[in-house]
Order: sequence, then structure tokens, then C-alpha cells
Amino acid sequence: MSSELTGLTLATARDGLAKGDFTSVELTQAHVAAVEAVRPLNAYITETPEKALEMAAESDKRIAAGKAGAMEGLPIAIKDLFCTKGVLTTAGSHILDGFHPTYESTVTANLFGAGAVMLGKVNLDEFAMGSANMTSYYGAVENPWKRKDDKKTKLVPGGSSGGSAAAVAARAALAATGTDTGGSIRQPASFTGIVGLKPTYGRCSRWGTVAFASSLDQAGPMTRSVRDAAIMLGAMAGFDPKDSTSMDKPVPNFEAALDGGVKGMRIGIPREYRMDGMPAEIEKLWQQGIGWLKGAGATIVDIDLPHTKYALAAYYIVAPAEASSNLARYDGVRYGLRVPGQTLQEMYENTRAEGFGREVKRRVLIGTYVLSAGYYDAYYLKAQKVRSRIAGDFRDAFDHVDAILAPTAPNAAFGQGENMDDPIAMYLNDVFTVPASLAGLPAISVPAGLSAEGLPLGLQIIGRPFDEETVLRAARSLEDAADFDTKPDFIAGR
Amino acid sequence: MTMLEGRTGSWEVVIGLEVHAQVISNAKLFSGASTAFGAEPNSQVSIVDAAMPGMLPVVNERCLEQAVRTGLALGAKINLHSVFARKNYFYPDLPQGYQISQFEEPIVGEGEVLVDMEDGVTKTVGIERLHLEQDAGKSLHDQSPAKSFIDLNRSGVSLMEIVSKPDMRSAEEASAYVSKLRSILRYIGSCDGNMQEGSLRCDANVSVRKPGDELGTRCEIKNVNSLRFLRQAIEYEAARQVEIIEDGGTINQETRLYDSGKGETRSMRSKEEAHDYRYFPDPDLLPITLTPEFVETQRAALPELPDEKKNRFIADYGLSIYDAGVLVAERDTADFFESVANGRDAKIVANWVISELFGRLNKAGKDINDSPVSAHSLGGLIDLIADDTISGSIAKKVFDDMFETGKEAAIIVKEQGLEQVTDTGAIEGIIDQVIADNPDKVAEYRGGKDKLFGFFVGQTMRASQGKANPGMVNDLLRKKLDG
Repeated sequence: MSSELTGLTLATARDGLAKGDFTSVELTQAHVAAVEAVRPLNAYITETPEKALEMAAESDKRIAAGKAGAMEGLPIAIKDLFCTKGVLTTAGSHILDGFHPTYESTVTANLFGAGAVMLGKVNLDEFAMGSANMTSYYGAVENPWKRKDDKKTKLVPGGSSGGSAAAVAARAALAATGTDTGGSIRQPASFTGIVGLKPTYGRCSRWGTVAFASSLDQAGPMTRSVRDAAIMLGAMAGFDPKDSTSMDKPVPNFEAALDGGVKGMRIGIPREYRMDGMPAEIEKLWQQGIGWLKGAGATIVDIDLPHTKYALAAYYIVAPAEASSNLARYDGVRYGLRVPGQTLQEMYENTRAEGFGREVKRRVLIGTYVLSAGYYDAYYLKAQKVRSRIAGDFRDAFDHVDAILAPTAPNAAFGQGENMDDPIAMYLNDVFTVPASLAGLPAISVPAGLSAEGLPLGLQIIGRPFDEETVLRAARSLEDAADFDTKPDFIAGR
Repeated sequence: MTMLEGRTGSWEVVIGLEVHAQVISNAKLFSGASTAFGAEPNSQVSIVDAAMPGMLPVVNERCLEQAVRTGLALGAKINLHSVFARKNYFYPDLPQGYQISQFEEPIVGEGEVLVDMEDGVTKTVGIERLHLEQDAGKSLHDQSPAKSFIDLNRSGVSLMEIVSKPDMRSAEEASAYVSKLRSILRYIGSCDGNMQEGSLRCDANVSVRKPGDELGTRCEIKNVNSLRFLRQAIEYEAARQVEIIEDGGTINQETRLYDSGKGETRSMRSKEEAHDYRYFPDPDLLPITLTPEFVETQRAALPELPDEKKNRFIADYGLSIYDAGVLVAERDTADFFESVANGRDAKIVANWVISELFGRLNKAGKDINDSPVSAHSLGGLIDLIADDTISGSIAKKVFDDMFETGKEAAIIVKEQGLEQVTDTGAIEGIIDQVIADNPDKVAEYRGGKDKLFGFFVGQTMRASQGKANPGMVNDLLRKKLDG
């Protein structure tokens, strides 16, 4: 029974709860056990079983009273970047030691308001900076997938939402929240064979989510089906007057938008995404995706996104610049870690030296440098110009197409410890995800096939601003055609 | 032009001011927390002000309105597009690690302020810009021998930084400019101008040069919180610079602090030690876009400003420039004056308000709003003079009593029987008695000693306890003595 329950999707679990096949408490108990079973992957930083069961009991009452919300009674994991009232919130960093927020982030408040049950806080790269979940102070997260000929090497789940991806893939949560700044939802979704949706910038409130790069950060769902992504996004999204960059737009019924297929839809294939040295299997998968959508009645259109090659460089200027400023508040004065010193300056230095890991320090330094007097114009301002060119490329493209199909990542999951000596190699993981981030566009990764090593690979659909409906519909079509049903090596409780 | 005399000749002092004016608003610039002064430490701090993780700023529309109103009152250009930027530096009373301010695109551009100097000259001081920014908190170093404490009540309070052009040439001009600016801010209610509570503070950029030369290297004196200190700081600083240059030295561009106890400025940090603030547009906030309609609505709702009021007082009430200037400096004073002047002789009213009321208020350390004598009461007193119920000299005594007791003039006059005697018979009776008592003086007067006339007036007034109508006393005395 219990592995049946943890193997459900949000949609099937919701329907089961509605029919009375099981209660939320039963569903949650099964997941609490799965959370324990998944500990070897180090996906969770904080488990909240008691809270989960309390929430589930409340959900059962609401279900009985006919007052079920969209996520009623459904156990999910929360990326530990979202502040959760009274529950340790770490951002994967030593510097937030012992930080228990007195407030609930808007996204988690929305989810809990819709009835979702929190299983715990899941691991991530420190301050969401990373593409392998190797930078967390709480240790690396292991991908539940293994290479088919090498069951020894531990693989990364991608990052930064690596804990979210691993927990959802290993059936230790029905779904999880993620955040995506340059690919942090989509790339780990691709690496773990799940669905990850980065909504349009401004669709979900950033209030109460620990900031990495404010102009890029966006919360989104990580699920095991496209339908689940639609359900969960509907519960997370919405205008928030507390976030000046959140958009005052109605939240459509995303689930209702799934049907209808891609017949007549124009799908753009960006020439510039064919990169030198791209593995043949990625190219092959892409062609496969093109074939599927064509077969489902879509029109395939070659498009140009001429500034794509500058996207990664621009991203790795803008994001660290904002991060260097956003992370200034972690100074040992008001909360989190404080390492004393003889003087104020020493206390700052000791606290930040000990509190931040290498990758965070690297980005704070890069960000500080590119904003410095004399360098601002050459780096930050130039990067912002590139950014508007990239947004312009997409605007032009969307005059001709309704959505864009591209690979999610240039490779499958790699081994823990690989790419660690060369930050640039690591940064290249974001090459296909970063452009949509810079342009603030909605984009989804859907599991589409396996690499030669037997590891999952995702395809990405990018859409117009606030047109998640088209993105979801195209993704649903890909999902249907791919019929991806391979399971990871590690499944909780099995 | 005011010059500073040095050993090598005259020096021109060049001053530009940055005034930080706390915006009058119920809530802070980007959080809902209250802005009231004097609350318990850290009792007015929201999680946004404390820069808790994930907190975001949302601009307080009232502060935008106040900045636009102030810009309009300074005759300045209102920028329909402006941007909040982050100014990055570490300090414990700056919880975010950056101050949200405006850098390249402020909400208000160039304007000007007319400043009346004591010698009657009107000086125009250019405004470079006005921008909105967050105030920092306060570090308390005197609570513990080993630790500093932080009070974040002020953290996030909205300030307007009003930057002048380097148009001032003396400490007096700088001080007069701040007074005028303060008057304008108080008129429109965008800042209470209270320098003691820190609602208005200024940084002074001071340099010296030989007339006709290029601008000299400037030093910035930080956080001066009274007009007297401003004048002292500028005078000290200018003299210091002249001395250095005349001794063959050069001025280092630096930030200095005014020590009011020692009456001197001292170095805080040099240009080399200056922070690189790494300004960049705040990605948590969208650019501010104002519509021309919004600006026009704000313009239409502005009250009459000090300069307009002064001109009207001169034109409509026939006041001197000086009197008009004194009366309009504070809106409440101008309102008080107008309320008394309504239907009365405005020049007489101005004289009473400026010479009598202000004098007593100053002595008592009160301002016009806690004047024991209301506009209505002062009007009553002036009416008693106008209709000859009391004389001018009696009126001053009555006014003393009014100021003391808050009673109406008519009641005091009645209670103390101070009505002027205008009965010819009664005055003649007193005069007859004075003449009878001083036969020798009468003889001298009639013998040609005209000056003695004053003696008889004095005796008559005294005998009437000051109540006799002085004009009638004069007329009747002449008749009796000369006739």
C-alpha cells in the first residue's frame, strides 16, 4: 500500500483523496516513511513529520467538510530557500545557522492555503548557487539514478534544486517547490527524469524566498507529470502586493489548458542552440522531440536567437552582481551565524569567511568586481544591454512561433566531484536554460528519453511571457509522445 | 560679496549643501512600519527594515507624492521616470548592507530657491537635484563598555536628499538658504524641519579660491544638525583651508566631521578611503513612472508658498519687505497675522505681531502655536486702541496681562478700570488741578519756556493714571495754558 501511495502523482492522489480511497494522514504517513527511507540521498535538510501529520489531519477534516483546496492533503517538499514560519530555513548555508523565520513565504503560504502538506525542507546548492547540488553546507545530494553500467559512481541530481529533484524522483514527495535563477528547476528536473517548470518572472511572488539574483529568481513546481506541474503552479502563483515585481494578472486554470494538443501550434527551433561539441545524443533527443511535435500536428519553424552565445556570460555577470548585494545582509549582526572578532570589521570578516562556502564567495567577489567603479560600464551595464538584446531576440521569434523547443541541458547527470575543478565547465550546464531566465520567459523541462548511459534527459519548451498555458500544452504533448516511464535506481521504501 | 581676508589677500568661500529632510509620512519608504519619533528602541521595525531573508521593499506612494510636491515647491523639474538604486556598504545600522537611494535618475531635477539676506539682497541658490532614500538606523555606543547596540527605528524612514549647487559664498548665505528651504518644506508639510530631532540635517561642501580662480578642492562636512553649528563649521573650515593654502599646502579632498564641543572640523576619511558604493538599479523595485496628470494634481494642491505670500503681503497689506519676510517665514505665523489683520490696519497689526508678540514668545520660549494670546484676542486688543477705549501705552500693559493670564483684553480693561478717559469735563478737571498745583511752572511756561508743555502733559497723564486720552490732554492743555 505505502509504495503505491508514494508512487501516485498529485492528480491521482488528489482524486484518490476525493474518492475516499485513502486519507491524507495515510498518504502522509507513507511519505513520512519515504522521507526516512530516502535519507541516504541527503535530499532533506529538515524533516517535519509531526507538522506534516498535523497538516494532513486538518486536510482530512476539510476534505470531509467538502472544503478541499487545489493541493488538499498532498504531501510535498519545500526547497530550503523558502522561509517557513517556525521551521529552520538554511538556504543550504552555514551563515543562516539556527534561523527560524517568524514569517511564511508567499509561495508556501499559498500552497498551504490550498491544503498542501509539508514533509520538510529539501537540500539545495548554497544560496541556490550551483548546478550539481555540491555546494550545500549540508552536504551533496545524490541523484537516485545510476549509470546502467556503473552502479558505484554517485551522480549529482543537478542544481540548485537538487534536493527537490531527488526527493520527487525517488518518490519521497509527490512534488516539490523549486526556484530557478538560471536553470535551477529545469536542469535538475532533466537530470532526475521529472518535470520542472520555471514560470514567467513575476508569476510567483518572491516575498519570503531567500534572494539569489532578484531580477531572475522565480519559484516553480517540480513534479512527476505535466498535469501535476499545472496543478501546483496554479496553487503557487498569484499577484502579491508585497513583491513589487510580481505581476497583477489573473491566474488561469492551468490544468484546464492541458488539453487541446499542439495541432496547428508553431514550434520554433533555435539554430543557435546547436552548439559545438554538443553530445550527439542530445542532438538526437532534440530531433526526436521535433518529430514528436510534428507528428502531433505542430508546424516546425527554424528561428534565430542571434544573441544566444552571449547569454551565459551576461548571466554570470548579472546574477553575481545582484547576489553580491543581496548577500550583504548576512553580516552576523541580526540573525544566523556570528563569529566574533576584536573589531566590527573582524567580526564581519570572520562571520562571512566561515559562513559562506567557496562558490558563494566566488560569486560575491565576481559580483562586487563587476559593479566596481571603473568596471560597471564594461561589465554590468554591457551585460544588461546583452540581456535586453536576448529578450528582443525572443520577442522577434514569438512573432513567428507559439513556443520554442530546445534541450534542457547539454548533458545527463554527471558524477559527484566531476566538473568541480573548473567553474566554467559547471556553468556550461546552464547554457540552454539561461536565455529564457534572462528574458523572464516561462520554460519547462519534460523527461524525454535516456542517455547512452541510461540516464534521463529532458527537453525544454519555452513560451511567451505569461503564456504558461501554451508551454504546458506543448509539454503535455511531448510527455505523451515520450511516454517516459523508466524509474530511478533508488526509490524510497523499495 | 563676502570675502575671507587672509595674509595673501581675499578669499572667496564656495559652499554647496546636501540637506537630508525626513519626509512626513505615517510609514517608512519601503515598509509599513511607523515613523513616529522617540519610540522605544527597535519598537518600530518591520521584518523588511531588519532585512530578514526574502524581504522585499514596496514603495510608499505618499513618499513619492511628498518628493514631487517638494520638487514643485522648489520650482524644479519633475522626472516622470526615475529609478531606485542600491548604494552598497557595510555598517551595522544598515541592515540590508545597502541603502536604497536614487543615483543616476532622481525623481526631481534642477530648481532654485530665493534667499533674502539681511542686507536686503535676494540671492538665488540653484538646486541640483532631489532624491528619495532610506535612512539608516542608529548605533548606540554608550550602553555597554564592550558592545554597541543598534536601534533600527529610523532604519528605512524616508529621506529627501536635496542637493544645492555650489552657489553660496558665506556661512550666512548657507544658513539663510537652509532656513528658507526649511520654511518651504514646512509650508507644504513635506518635512517638519526639526533639526534637533534630526528631521533636517545637512552636509556642507566647502572650498576656497581666489576670486576668479577655478573651484578649489572641497571638503565635505557631515551631519551638521543646527544652523549655528552650520555657520561655525563653515567658518572654521574655510579659515582652515585658507591657512593651509597660505602656508603653501594643498587641500586634500576628504570627509570631515564638525565637533561642536571643540568648535572644529576633523578628518573622517580621505578620498582614497572613500567607499566604492557600487550603485546599481535595485532589481527588487520597478522604475517609478509618474504621469503628467499626477504631477499637475500635486501642483494644483500645493498651498501658497512663502515667496508668493510675501509678495501678496507687500501688495495687499502695504507691508515693508522686511516685515512681510518675517511674517511669512512660518506658515502659522502668516496665518496668525492674516487672521488678526482681517478688517484691521495691517501695518499696526504687523507691528504688534512682530514687535510685541514675537518678543514675548521668544522670551517665553514658545512658538506661535502655543501663544497664550490668540489671534482673536490680539484683534480685540487692537480694536480697543482703534476705538479709543484704551491708549497705546495702556495697551502694552494690557497685553502683558493677556500674555500672562490668557484673558481677553476687554475683560482686563474692565476689571482694572483702564478705559481711556475721553470725557472733556473730567480731563479739564484734572488739568485745572495740575495748573492750580504748579503756579510757578505755569508762569514760566507762559513766560516763554515752551518746553515745559511736556511737563504738564506728563503730570496730567500721571494724575489720570495714564487713562486720559493723550490727544485730548494735548488739546485741552494748549487751550488752558495758551488761551
